[in-house]
Amino acid sequence: MALVEIENLHLAIRAFEGEAQVLAGVDLAIERGEIWGLVGETGCGKSLTGLSISRLVSSPPARYPKGAIRFDGRDILAADEAEMRKLRGRRIGMIFQDPTTNLNPAFRVGEQMIDVALHAARVDASVLGLDAKASARARRAAARALAVRLLERVGVARAAERVDDYPHQFSGGMRQRVLIAMALIGKPDLLIADEPTTALDVSVQAQILKLLHELAREQGLAILLITHNLGVVAQIASHVAVMYAGRVVERGAARAVLKAPAHPYTQALIASLPRAGAARGSLVGIPGVVPNLFSPPAGCRFAPRCPLAVARCGEAPPLEAAGAAREVACWRAERAA
Amino acid sequence: MSALLQLERVSKTYRGGGPFSRGAEVTALDEVSFAVPRGACFGVVGESGSGKTTLTRLMLALEAPTAGRVLFDGEDVAALAGAALKRFRRRAQIVFQDPYASLDPRMRVRDIVAEGMAIHRDALKLGARAQTERVVELLSIVGLGAQHLHRYPHEFSGGQRQRICIARALAVEPELVILDEPTSALDVSVQAQVLALFETLKQKLNLTYVFISHDLGVVRYVCDRVAVIHRGRIVEEAETPALFDAPRSEHARELIAAMPDPDPDRSPFRL
Repeated sequence: MALVEIENLHLAIRAFEGEAQVLAGVDLAIERGEIWGLVGETGCGKSLTGLSISRLVSSPPARYPKGAIRFDGRDILAADEAEMRKLRGRRIGMIFQDPTTNLNPAFRVGEQMIDVALHAARVDASVLGLDAKASARARRAAARALAVRLLERVGVARAAERVDDYPHQFSGGMRQRVLIAMALIGKPDLLIADEPTTALDVSVQAQILKLLHELAREQGLAILLITHNLGVVAQIASHVAVMYAGRVVERGAARAVLKAPAHPYTQALIASLPRAGAARGSLVGIPGVVPNLFSPPAGCRFAPRCPLAVARCGEAPPLEAAGAAREVACWRAERAA
Repeated sequence: MSALLQLERVSKTYRGGGPFSRGAEVTALDEVSFAVPRGACFGVVGESGSGKTTLTRLMLALEAPTAGRVLFDGEDVAALAGAALKRFRRRAQIVFQDPYASLDPRMRVRDIVAEGMAIHRDALKLGARAQTERVVELLSIVGLGAQHLHRYPHEFSGGQRQRICIARALAVEPELVILDEPTSALDVSVQAQVLALFETLKQKLNLTYVFISHDLGVVRYVCDRVAVIHRGRIVEEAETPALFDAPRSEHARELIAAMPDPDPDRSPFRL
């Protein structure tokens, strides 16, 4: 059994214009130690998939008409808020794009980490390594020691001093490290990283990617890396899932998907990247726009933009195995390959 | 080939410290020199805080350099005033990074694109009706149409908004267009379209670009010549292929090494 199993997940969000079919068949299974890159254009449902795993999409206005999410065997869609609060910040950690807005500027970094640690310790006393009867002072001291240890783990130099600094005293890359350290407090099994390096410079990005890669390899942390940057995915992901308009259209081992993409959308996305030696004017992008999710096209949602579309594409293709290490949802995948 | 834009040992220092204190001076740019020939696409690459924004402000004469000169078509832009400055403002335009923030949400597309034309009516010699026709023409050049004239920015996608920004910059018939991270807010599929548009426009309208970016992949694809800026200094300047194939400076080497390659076999983390 995989750590995270998402099966045929559907998500609809009510809005003024009607109900948007935001997710319409997301299938994903993440094992411990795997790094899954979730890629696709803006608005294809990557972030909502991540938020759904920790049930952070408020419903209403959202509802889940079909599908299932299981985390370590537990039915997430049926879990109540009290149960979710025990998972979030404990077994499921999250980091986001903008490390500045996710830290409170008025409190020292250590103070914010101690809060998280004390909260996590209420659910699981082993987080601080103390028994439940330990005094408040002992728990606080242990929380602070843990904060320092984790800051060291993520590569913050002089962590014992810096734990008393305020967020503005850290650079963007260092703030993202602080947030990763904070996400690690509850000893998570899964880290959902939503565009964790988009706001950072390439050299800092490389350091953060290295850190995430180490965490997956050394601690068996499962990572869902949500990004639109295929380069980032190619660097550290073991697996890739490509989303288009609310569906996973192709998924599998990173090398299989990125080196020999089978879905016409994946191919077009990869062909849009400026590569070494590409002649100027050779990139074309993907003509057309993503479909309106209030009235999405029947069948394959990529068909209106697809150069290979045929009449059969009016019927939704299932996600089927294509080769050993990949599955693809396309009637024309063989032709495309 | 004569240089349209030339920077001669341009430096810019700002007074440091907070609004109430007088701290040490911060050197944002330190003796930056380069020349952009007419019809070229010149890339400026650097990380955040390297001085890219200050450089943009000096090239557009929004601020005056502390030392050195910015020459546009042979004239020192910091010395321009009155009609000459207005003429420069028409000839040098900019497209900003964030198409969501750089369009007034309460203006219609027609008014956004026509605003500059109204300001420079004397130079462009356009009446009110001719102006609207010209807006339609510009919209079609950037891949939009007359049906978009009376819409508001929020009705457009990011790529379409960037096209509106491009149409606005082109409305006053500029010679130099500064592209300040013009595609970093866009998806790769849309980025490819916008980059193709830049190339077509450059040929058609005989434009000169200064392309400012931290995305080395994009810079390699569109620029003829690239300058790498680090802490306010140009650490390396070379023809694009030479820079990427054989970077001479340590910093350029580091930047190129940190570029995430979309080929998984070239990842430093895989065995």
